[in-house]
Amino acid sequence: MIVNKELIKKVAATAKLELTEQELEEFIPQFEEILKTFSKLAKADTKNVLPSFHPVPLKNRMRDDTIHSSLSQEQALSLTEHKKDGYFKGPKVV
Amino acid sequence: MNINTTQQQLEKINEEYHYFNKLCNVQTKKTGKLKDYVISVKDALCVKDVETKGGSAILEGYKPLFNATVIEKLLAEGATIIGKTSQDAFGFGTFSTNVGNNMQIPLNPFDKNHSTGGSSGGAAGFTQLAKKKGIKHIALGESTGGSIAAPASFCGVYGLTPTYSLVSRYGLLDYANSLDKIGPIAASVKELAMCLSIIAGHDEKDATSSKTSIPDYEKGLSKPIKGMKIAVIKECFGKGIDPAIKQNILETIETLKKQGATIEEISLPTTTEYALEAYYILAMCEASTNLAKYCGIRYGRHEKLEGNFNQYFSKVRSHGFNKEEKRRILLGTFARMSGYRDAYYIKAAKVRTLIIQEYKKAFEKYDILISPTMPMVAPTFDEIKRLTPLQHYMVDLMTVGPSLAGLPHISCPTGFKDNMPIGTMFIADHFQEEKLLQIASSIEELNHG
Repeated sequence: MIVNKELIKKVAATAKLELTEQELEEFIPQFEEILKTFSKLAKADTKNVLPSFHPVPLKNRMRDDTIHSSLSQEQALSLTEHKKDGYFKGPKVV
Repeated sequence: MNINTTQQQLEKINEEYHYFNKLCNVQTKKTGKLKDYVISVKDALCVKDVETKGGSAILEGYKPLFNATVIEKLLAEGATIIGKTSQDAFGFGTFSTNVGNNMQIPLNPFDKNHSTGGSSGGAAGFTQLAKKKGIKHIALGESTGGSIAAPASFCGVYGLTPTYSLVSRYGLLDYANSLDKIGPIAASVKELAMCLSIIAGHDEKDATSSKTSIPDYEKGLSKPIKGMKIAVIKECFGKGIDPAIKQNILETIETLKKQGATIEEISLPTTTEYALEAYYILAMCEASTNLAKYCGIRYGRHEKLEGNFNQYFSKVRSHGFNKEEKRRILLGTFARMSGYRDAYYIKAAKVRTLIIQEYKKAFEKYDILISPTMPMVAPTFDEIKRLTPLQHYMVDLMTVGPSLAGLPHISCPTGFKDNMPIGTMFIADHFQEEKLLQIASSIEELNHG
């Protein structure tokens, strides 16, 4: 597994993180070491084994489609600095 | 406050030891099982109108509009919530040294140069100190890969991580949804049992919450352990473990034998070989998706609204997350990316199946498995600084197995090395918390006997 600046920059862009040059330099050897260790899993024989996404079996649990109380619009907007006319205000999309 | 402590006393303790990110005084009812107790809450749990950051600067100033289900249950029993305990940001750490930007690292109550362990570090540290000062207190911790057991061990207190799904996670800041468990840390086993009886049980607000019936956990405490079948996990005594800890666990085993338990040895080769890697891949993958929601729009840290959405979100996240948060988001994002997903994420989930099967097979024969909680006693901060991130992750060797399999486990104080506490960990099958509390209770009797 080759870890270089380009790979880390690509992952960082996907994860919406800006890294400093210093962070990039620091992460390269660390990621190499960690990913090399993670690659050890390739040795495990998982032929015909299904993945477990939970430790205990879970069934889909459906709720009745009924009206419940919820936060008011005012409450929902009370924690943001960015709001206008009763809505959240976000950054430019286009 | 109807309690034998004061806000000033807590402030003084906090100045010295940094156990709380925020102090508060919330009580909604004066009657109930917890009316004489103060309860500290790990910062990752939402308490209405009290700043809740999960130890991360990205949530600076966030005051939830609701209580976590566990908080509602404690308040209904007359508890007084006294504060949000310090932790590694989002639980990303074993030593509580990865606290968010501008936050303070909790110090071990036995020696301030040592770590409390993590990530529920403030919770365990304060539990020990409260015991020394005669304060009736129980802490609510949270564990993803060992974050209750590790600090309980390093601070010489009892920590119970319940079966995954036994306690509602509603109102918990998620680290990894398939691994997170809320559980108590206390100075006595009776208090653990009392707290678990209150917080366990089905909750419609958590889709993963179990409908299993909840026993009265306090009732079974006095049951003798005679006839209990216990197995010692052989591989836990391999290289990397402090010989003093090994010796202590062997002595603990001898005392259990004297009480009539049968002790054998068991080998868990798949867990030993692969649990750490499988755990970290799954935990980081889940964390990277969970932390995607923190982008400075609805709550938490905000910045001036400028630039396009990519620029704005990246700015907020780059300023709000510390280095370990960034590292885990990046590794988790990588392991889920097209081209790598099957080799890392899916492979880890398949290995998890093998690990669950290995434990389940062990519990066909045994009631309890034993290992040390941690391979070392609480290290000094200088020692921690010298660890690489990978070495840091390796410390969780004993606790990631039961975490991946969602198994309940308890860390009990069983001795000291150079005045720093040693913890022994007991693991049981799913929903067998009664057996864990029973064996912990017998250990406690020995400690006090």
